[in-house]
Amino acid sequence: MDPNAHFPLSRRDLLIAGATSAAATAVPAATPFQPKPTTMTAAAAPMSVRLSVNGAPRQLEVDPRTTLLDALRENMHLTGTKKGCDHGQCGACTVLVNGRRVVSCLSLAVMNEGASVTTIEGLGTPQAPHALQTAFVKHDGYQCGYCTPGQICSAVGVIDEIKRGTPSHVSADLTAQPMLSAEELRERMSGNICRCGAYSNIVDAITEVAGAKA
Amino acid sequence: MKSFTYERVTSPAQAAAAVAGKPGAKFVAGGTNLLDLMKLQIETPAHLVDVNGIGLDTVEATSQGGLRIGALVRNSDLAAHPTVRRDYGVLSRALLAGASGQLRNMATTAGNLLQRTRCPYFYDTNMACNKRQPGSGCSAIGGYSRQLAVIGSSDACIATHPSDMAVAMRVLDATVETVRANGATRVIPIADFHRLPENTPHIETQLQPGELITSVTLPAPVGGTHVYRKVRDRASYAFALVSVAAIVQPGGSGRVAVGGVAHKPWRVEAAEADMPQGAKAVAARLFAGARPTPENAFKLPLAERTLAAALNQARS
Repeated sequence: MDPNAHFPLSRRDLLIAGATSAAATAVPAATPFQPKPTTMTAAAAPMSVRLSVNGAPRQLEVDPRTTLLDALRENMHLTGTKKGCDHGQCGACTVLVNGRRVVSCLSLAVMNEGASVTTIEGLGTPQAPHALQTAFVKHDGYQCGYCTPGQICSAVGVIDEIKRGTPSHVSADLTAQPMLSAEELRERMSGNICRCGAYSNIVDAITEVAGAKA
Repeated sequence: MKSFTYERVTSPAQAAAAVAGKPGAKFVAGGTNLLDLMKLQIETPAHLVDVNGIGLDTVEATSQGGLRIGALVRNSDLAAHPTVRRDYGVLSRALLAGASGQLRNMATTAGNLLQRTRCPYFYDTNMACNKRQPGSGCSAIGGYSRQLAVIGSSDACIATHPSDMAVAMRVLDATVETVRANGATRVIPIADFHRLPENTPHIETQLQPGELITSVTLPAPVGGTHVYRKVRDRASYAFALVSVAAIVQPGGSGRVAVGGVAHKPWRVEAAEADMPQGAKAVAARLFAGARPTPENAFKLPLAERTLAAALNQARS
């Protein structure tokens, strides 16, 4: 026997009916609130995307909605890249695309056709860590560690941007080579939030690797 | 995110035709604002046309001595461009004051102009918002309006335009070049590009459906000292409460535009005649007819003081 035979209404139907009767009781003259009918749209056909991740060519079949972040974590199982806010505000999902730091949550996988992506897994390994990974350990540049992969990928981008002479909001002279000061690093790293508050140690770690005294 | 179909295009004309030919289609470039809004189902395009492969990603000198900035030039590249840093410092400064390093690497020149307001009632789909759902009302009026507009607003909308870059473009008298599906091109002065909300706050620019921005052009440099001063709730990575873009000439004359106060970059050319008299005189004319809310009335004295600080900075 169908175990639901005595319950022709679904739980959702009951909730809607309850809300409607409650509204009708409270305000008899008013038109009961009608939730907008949900329009179901069929998922678009999966699309193929080819990209290079940490030096290895990858081909994926993804729903067009899949972000680069979800493709890395769910399709390629590279879970070093973290999902924090998923809205581009926290920087936990920072990776390097064609050598530039970006937030992978605000880019669709299909928008990265042919791109070269570097994640924390591609920067170093436990046996052969990247200099920034070593420096973050040495300087305690984290507590819980959740933001750390994004912090380190972002720092790789920052060091490159300073080397290329890119100015920042706090650079006194737009046309001069920027300083490698703590003030510059704090400004340039402001897109990476650390709720443990390891910021001063993060600045120390980056400063050591970038080759100047804080 | 609602489901959508996706295609890549390889030329501006193909892009315009692709969007004009499909109801609910939108261009996507950097994606930093659009994907955020799609995740919240504030934007629900049925089709995305990826314009990242159409070129338009260079900054070139114009025959008039100015600069043509391709629509796809990333904010970080524009801010770091040697000519922009040297001759259009207010633009570099405005770009560097906005967003984060990661977002500036993604966001484009055209996309920056087209970004949507960060009004909290636009972002909350449980709230009435004439911009998100025309005719539904405006919960921001009488609501939490601290960040919102003090001038140029209407009874339908008190949202602000969030861009820093656009404020600098306004003070530089930039023009926006576009192409349509039929191949027609036109040039829109930045002063006319963004609209005031009036009764149609959901229509934010002069662009027609399917019309694609191809470039933003700056006239020849005007010299002077360039200042962009932004006041916000934290020192970095926040939208402006008030910002001032100023170009000040040695005699004290110049130009000024204000961000964070209106539905578009706010500039009143007539007020600039008073620049040698100082910030108070300029602010009085810039903000004549202002309609602040009790929560954001602080923006008027803040804008005047920010302007005074900008003029001092230019003189020092």
